[in-house]
Amino acid sequence: MSPEPLPVRTASSAGLLAKRFTLQRVIERIIRGLLFLCALVSIVTTLGIVIALLAETVIPLPSTGGSRPFFQDVSLWTFFTDTQWSPNFAGDQQHFGILPLLCGTFLIAGIAAMVGLPIGILSAVYLSEYASPRVRSVIKPVLELLAGVPSVVYGYFALTVITPYVLRPIFQNGLGLTVDIYNALSPGIVVGIMILPMVCSLSEDALRAVPRSLREAGYALGSTKYDVSAKVVLPAAVSGIIASFLLAVSRAIGETMAVAMAGPNLPRFTLNPLSGGQTMTSFIASISMGETPIGTVEYKSMYAVALCLFCITLAMNVISQWVMRRYREAYQ
Amino acid sequence: MTAPPIPPAAQPDWLTAGKREGRVFSTLCWLSTWSSVAILAVLLSGIIYQAWGWLDWQFLTSFDSQRFPAKAGILAGLWGTFWTILITILVAVPVGVGAAVYLEEFGRNDRLSRIIQVNLSNLAGVPSIVYGILGLTAFSRMFGLFGEQGLIKTTGIRWLGLDIPLPFGNTVVAGALTLALMILPVIIVASQEALRAVPPSIRHAALALGATKWQMVSHQVLPAALPGIMTGVILAISRAMGEAAPLILVGATTFVLYAPGDISSLSDIKDNPTGLLKAPFDTFTVMPIQIFNWAQQAKADFREHVAAAGIVVLLAMLLLLNATAIIVRNRSQRKMKY
Repeated sequence: MSPEPLPVRTASSAGLLAKRFTLQRVIERIIRGLLFLCALVSIVTTLGIVIALLAETVIPLPSTGGSRPFFQDVSLWTFFTDTQWSPNFAGDQQHFGILPLLCGTFLIAGIAAMVGLPIGILSAVYLSEYASPRVRSVIKPVLELLAGVPSVVYGYFALTVITPYVLRPIFQNGLGLTVDIYNALSPGIVVGIMILPMVCSLSEDALRAVPRSLREAGYALGSTKYDVSAKVVLPAAVSGIIASFLLAVSRAIGETMAVAMAGPNLPRFTLNPLSGGQTMTSFIASISMGETPIGTVEYKSMYAVALCLFCITLAMNVISQWVMRRYREAYQ
Repeated sequence: MTAPPIPPAAQPDWLTAGKREGRVFSTLCWLSTWSSVAILAVLLSGIIYQAWGWLDWQFLTSFDSQRFPAKAGILAGLWGTFWTILITILVAVPVGVGAAVYLEEFGRNDRLSRIIQVNLSNLAGVPSIVYGILGLTAFSRMFGLFGEQGLIKTTGIRWLGLDIPLPFGNTVVAGALTLALMILPVIIVASQEALRAVPPSIRHAALALGATKWQMVSHQVLPAALPGIMTGVILAISRAMGEAAPLILVGATTFVLYAPGDISSLSDIKDNPTGLLKAPFDTFTVMPIQIFNWAQQAKADFREHVAAAGIVVLLAMLLLLNATAIIVRNRSQRKMKY
């Protein structure tokens, strides 16, 4: 934005335009430096997260007094293949296999995806292809409100409304199955509701980015509105929609409070949605609220789980951004 | 005797099938869209129904109770949230806006800015509980640098009448710094968008009149972008206000019978001004954590009604914030037209 320096400098203009040392310049430099430091905070945050996660698991910091990192006590192989997670037990009963936690996490994220993705994408199609501006002006704020509701509220709703008044009458009284009070289905449903606004608004953006000419070409060939929306616009926007799905599922995986409140509190290697197993996030929350002493292997297992969670969500975000970039190239 | 019905004009099968499919599809879309309205209505009415009769003046003005649901109150959470959010704002807003100004106005095309940009979008996707891990390690425990076993044998410093504990431990400051880092990407991205919406002609005009870069930014660009920045900041703050996961890790306590710095009413500030200095370094709880705690209690009254009353208070405050954001946005749209 700054004006380009003059290309030709004669002897006289060099004297006139040369930088002089003034107070204004010093202040300008200082402010620029301060703003640069502000921008650097985000890099420092990332480094901080990585260091915090690695310090207890892989590379010990000198300041921690030489305590052994988690992956020296538990090998990576047992961490990813053992099918039991029981850090609070003693001796031989203590197992550190993350599979049950992964299973619990993906069970709830899967239920959330089954609830949130179809509703989100269909709403996006409706808002972008069918809805009148009046309907949009009602629905958009409602979606913003749903997105703004804190996750403890969803957790409360799952625990005190969905489980006792929806799931139990249907599955326990109706079908004779046992529904645990802390099950995977009710947090799955509310996490689905939580990711719905995100799927809807990101997919709607993708649908709106499809050029008008494609729709008009469809209509010119005699297609109905359904044909155009479902067979022309949706496929054209598919990469943006996939990107929104990935972001939403990564958010569902990282969701903590709703799952910690209404979800299962025991690690179990099961896919039964009416009982389910503890998730990675709710394990982290429960161990940090407990009385586990700092420096023990149980305590450090919290960092190992957090590292695993961080890697999964980061990978999904990076893939989603990659998909999104590719799709932008297509129409711009 | 009626005549046999006249068969309808022959219509090819594929046409009627297509129509039926189309109707089913549009109905499905319509249903999904309005289901979110229904969900919101059920959610809010269910919570208000559960809170009815429990949300009263006593609830707003008393501390928690371990045994009696009727005596429990949200005062500790209200003050805890106030202090936490205040410090979060003081840290996150200047840093976030400063970073956005640097990225948009000063270092637009350098390599580092591009790296920061990519980094920001990755940070925005980090789960809040991972920020909690960061806060626990970097602020509550400070990597084990301080304390009896640490490299630096100290448990705190005194500075300008402040008793600063080192490491921060389970204090308001540690929680607020964690929340500040969490909402920083949101604030930066929103501010960048607001700055980008300011037309370049304003910048050119300022520079042409001989303003330095910072004079141009502080006198022309920032005031023009302020409404947009405010909207983003308010939305970020409301996210921080409802967040509990990182604070659980940093060590916000679930059962607290005092407000930070022992300031539980405005008159306390007059009687006990040093409390203002102590509050940031006191242990605390916040509203979402109190709600979480109540929802875990064995007694049904706590679980259902007291928690619901807390939720209504929290939602009312969030609604107030969001309404402010909308008013700011609408006002600026009316006032400024480029």
